[in-house]
Amino acid sequence: MSAELWYALVGVVLVAAAFGAFMAHTHLLRRLLAFNIMGTGCFLILVGLAQHKRAPDPIPQALVLTGIVVAVASTALALILFRRWFAATGRTTLPEEDDV
Amino acid sequence: MTEAFVGASLLPLAIVVPLVWAVLALVRPRRRPTFLVLPGLVSWVTICAGLWWYTSRLGVLTHVLGAWPEPLGIALRADGLGSTMALLTSVIGSACALYRLWTPIDADASEAQRWFWPLFFMLGAALNAVWLAADLFNMYVGLELLGLSAVGLVAISGRANALAAALRYLFAALLGSLAYLLGVALLYAAYGSLALSSLAALAAPDTITYVALALITAGLCLKTALFPLHAWLPPAHGVSLTPVSALLSALVVKASFVMLLRIMVGVGVTIISPSLAQGLGALGAGAIVWGGWQALRHAELKMLVAHSTVAQLGYLFVGMALLLSGSAPELAWDGLMLQLVAHALAKSAMFLASGTLIAAVGSSRVTDLSGVSRHMPLALFAFGLSGVSLMGLPPSGGFSAKWLLLQSALASGQWHWAVALIGGGALTAGYVFRVLSASFKQGTGDKFDRTPLGWDLVSLLLAAGAIVVGVVATGPLAVLRIGAPVAGVTP
Amino acid sequence: MTQVALPAWVLASSLLPAVIIFLLPETTRALRTSLNLGAAVLKVALVALMTWRVAQGSLTQVRFEMVPGADFLLRADPMACLFAGLSAILWLFTTIYAIGYLEGAPNRSRFFGFFSLCVASTMGVALAGNLITFLLFYELLTLSTYPLVVHRGSAKALAAGRVYLTYTIGGGAALLLGVALLHGLVGDIEFREMGSLRDMSETSWPMLRIAFGLLIAGLGVKAALVPLHGWLPQAMVAPAPVSALLHAVAVVKAGAFGIVRVVYDVYGIDFARDLQLLLPLTVIASITILWGSLRALWQDDLKRRLAFSTVSQVSYIALGISLFGPIGTVGGLVHLLHQGIMKVTLFYCAGNFAETLGVHRISDLDGAGRRMPLTSIAFSIGAFGMIGVPPLAGFVSKWYLGLGALDAGMPWVVGVLVLSSLLNAAYFLPILHRLWFRPQVAPWPEERTFGRWETSGWLLLPPVVTAVFTVGAGLLASFAFSPLQWAILIARREYLP
Repeated sequence: MSAELWYALVGVVLVAAAFGAFMAHTHLLRRLLAFNIMGTGCFLILVGLAQHKRAPDPIPQALVLTGIVVAVASTALALILFRRWFAATGRTTLPEEDDV
Repeated sequence: MTEAFVGASLLPLAIVVPLVWAVLALVRPRRRPTFLVLPGLVSWVTICAGLWWYTSRLGVLTHVLGAWPEPLGIALRADGLGSTMALLTSVIGSACALYRLWTPIDADASEAQRWFWPLFFMLGAALNAVWLAADLFNMYVGLELLGLSAVGLVAISGRANALAAALRYLFAALLGSLAYLLGVALLYAAYGSLALSSLAALAAPDTITYVALALITAGLCLKTALFPLHAWLPPAHGVSLTPVSALLSALVVKASFVMLLRIMVGVGVTIISPSLAQGLGALGAGAIVWGGWQALRHAELKMLVAHSTVAQLGYLFVGMALLLSGSAPELAWDGLMLQLVAHALAKSAMFLASGTLIAAVGSSRVTDLSGVSRHMPLALFAFGLSGVSLMGLPPSGGFSAKWLLLQSALASGQWHWAVALIGGGALTAGYVFRVLSASFKQGTGDKFDRTPLGWDLVSLLLAAGAIVVGVVATGPLAVLRIGAPVAGVTP
Repeated sequence: MTQVALPAWVLASSLLPAVIIFLLPETTRALRTSLNLGAAVLKVALVALMTWRVAQGSLTQVRFEMVPGADFLLRADPMACLFAGLSAILWLFTTIYAIGYLEGAPNRSRFFGFFSLCVASTMGVALAGNLITFLLFYELLTLSTYPLVVHRGSAKALAAGRVYLTYTIGGGAALLLGVALLHGLVGDIEFREMGSLRDMSETSWPMLRIAFGLLIAGLGVKAALVPLHGWLPQAMVAPAPVSALLHAVAVVKAGAFGIVRVVYDVYGIDFARDLQLLLPLTVIASITILWGSLRALWQDDLKRRLAFSTVSQVSYIALGISLFGPIGTVGGLVHLLHQGIMKVTLFYCAGNFAETLGVHRISDLDGAGRRMPLTSIAFSIGAFGMIGVPPLAGFVSKWYLGLGALDAGMPWVVGVLVLSSLLNAAYFLPILHRLWFRPQVAPWPEERTFGRWETSGWLLLPPVVTAVFTVGAGLLASFAFSPLQWAILIARREYLP
């Protein structure tokens, strides 16, 4: 088993675990963390699987870099929204799903 | 300096120019943004119209940024679908922008709203990036940019319910993009390419491809709010500022749908089994019924319109099922394209008209509309016209789209879709006439606020567009067939 | 060039006024009135010109591709002129009537806007040259009449509007499915004399029968065939000019005209007989005729009785066209015109009684003949025409229908006609008795006076003129361009040589 495949497998475990956490938790910060871990797992799969049994490939690296930038931006936006939400309502979770 | 060169160089401009205006609006916020925004709109529409014109004359245009070849470089591609959606985006975007410019300044001024124009132009750039992307990863970047600016626009009013809707929307968007990215990672691992054109030739029916396509489909369906993954949509579209609701319902949900369509017909068409395609269509039919039913019983006008979007998106998936598993895919393609265009025009008109009615009545409840027909005839007329298209009654774009899809369903012997298409029309009639009937009721008083005439004009023009596009559908459809990845579809 | 565009001009002569009227402010009464009347007169002139050209044998058309595979097609043929002529003339008088009727009422811009749109759609229905164009205007007609039905905005009007929509949208869905089905089988279906489906292979006959059923079900809603007639009596809450529009000028006529087109110009009468589609239509029409007349007997509300009378009378058209043979065809086609002229007279008069005296119920009409002689004479002429008394218009229709039934070898249909005429007499004669022979017993509920005449001149002129037409169509039936001669012209062209 190559190191790249190993990375990819770890990535799969991370994605699965983080997806479970994302669904299980209601606290907004926990969900955001879960999402970030899921993203990391995704990037591991992207780089690992693509380079498995092949020469080092610059494209997945470029993709992951872009992905990281996007993830950081999303996280920043989510954090701003949390702060506003918390300031407006004093709650750390979203209200129950109902038909508004 | 050939025509082809000029046409192709419009491709990056269609993305860069809105971005430039986003930056301008960010660094020079103004209390009266008209003089900043109008040139932006004009240049945006001009570029997209030029792009459409060149595509209709020269066929598919491609441009490789900085002359870096694929796969490391970024390629842009304008086929009929891409350039038509870009033109539509610029037109509907401009309409919404004008609506916003005509909104009295002190009506809902909060500090956060100075972000409106930067986010608005960013949304335009992101949409164009999705329409014109030639590979899976650029689509991803466009989609993320789109998601972020859309969430920002939903949250912009700063009210608690808007923030909650924005957060819910953000989570759905993030989850959807990650699933998509995972699918893309698998495809790249399997085939070593991300360009749609080369993937189409390479794709084989093996496990990794199926898993990748499943992840991509799930992610994009979540972003397109396909029933039963639609729960985030009605609050996000229902509580935003009116022009934002119009943009989201008319265009933003279409972005992920168009991506799915390109991937399904480009990569998946040979390896997706008919029963899977029928399954997607079944979810679409579920959306038609569920969205229509919810729209029938919702007390608030904008929520009604938002649920109508859930239902109308269902037609797109029914069309996709016919495209992938029917024996008349060329009819399904035409119908699907027309539904994309007609719904975008009709739904933006309907949201803008609803916003006008709500502002005039001072209440968002359908039952409070009584007597409004007398005082707001133009807004109501715009609502009615867009309703005609959504119901699929002739003459309208919605009708022509439904007609083509119906023809495709009957030609394939798939009667169940004919029933879904016609039954959906009846449900739509139910909720549209619920609003019209309420407005014809004799009013109790004359407590209506005046609204800007420009609001009425903008929504009327969009609604008229939804009607007219159905009567002269042949021309636009010929352009929309350019570069379509479906057998038997020629311009 | 003008010749080619003539059908388009006929359509535009009410479409453009509709748009302009919508934009006019409520208070510009004089401009709106002159626009309405001018457009109506212009339309009559254009339709007359078109009819003249068609009589000389030139077919004019407007065509462009709407959706791939489906054309938008307007075409002037004899059948189109028959319906367009009826609607154009009656629209003129209904416009005059509506101007008087709505004097001082609110929302007139909206009313007249949709009113013009409604007539534009009717013209489209008349001139449509293929099924999809027909469908387009047929649905537009539904949409443009809804605001007129609910015009008053009362709970009752809104309820009637809801019923109207439920029926017509349902019918529209059936029609759409039928049209789509045929289109899928044979492509774009143009209306052509003697039909265009005759060459279809026998394997497709079951599908053609299903499509026929769907089409007739969809059209039967507007034509108020039993059991699809429920909306029509409900819709009588609408203002009187709208009732005239629904019952005589536009809506039920569009349904009946659609049935004519489907039987003659899509399937072809000979082919329809080969498919054994005519007998069921005859039976349904006969049931509708009797059922409508029976129900009319028990109504005390004048407009409601007239509404059930319409249910019955419109089915004479379906009856006539379902009788195989040119004589029955003539009877059905000529009744399309005659029923319109007579029924519009009756509704104008009912509106006059309501507006001038405040009388809505038949039992309150005692002695109204003395107070409103001209209106009552017009009403009596209309009623006698409906019963079929010679030499009025209705007699001509019934005469040809009866002969046609004998010709087609269906003597039982003559029985239906006789029975129905007796029923017509049974529900019209008591009204005439009250008008003329009973003394006034109570003061009129809400009497208004209008100076010199018994009621406003705007309201009086239309019923008087259409009553004269009712007499004229019967007396002058053998003159060129009379409804009868035109129907004979069409019937000659619809049968295989």
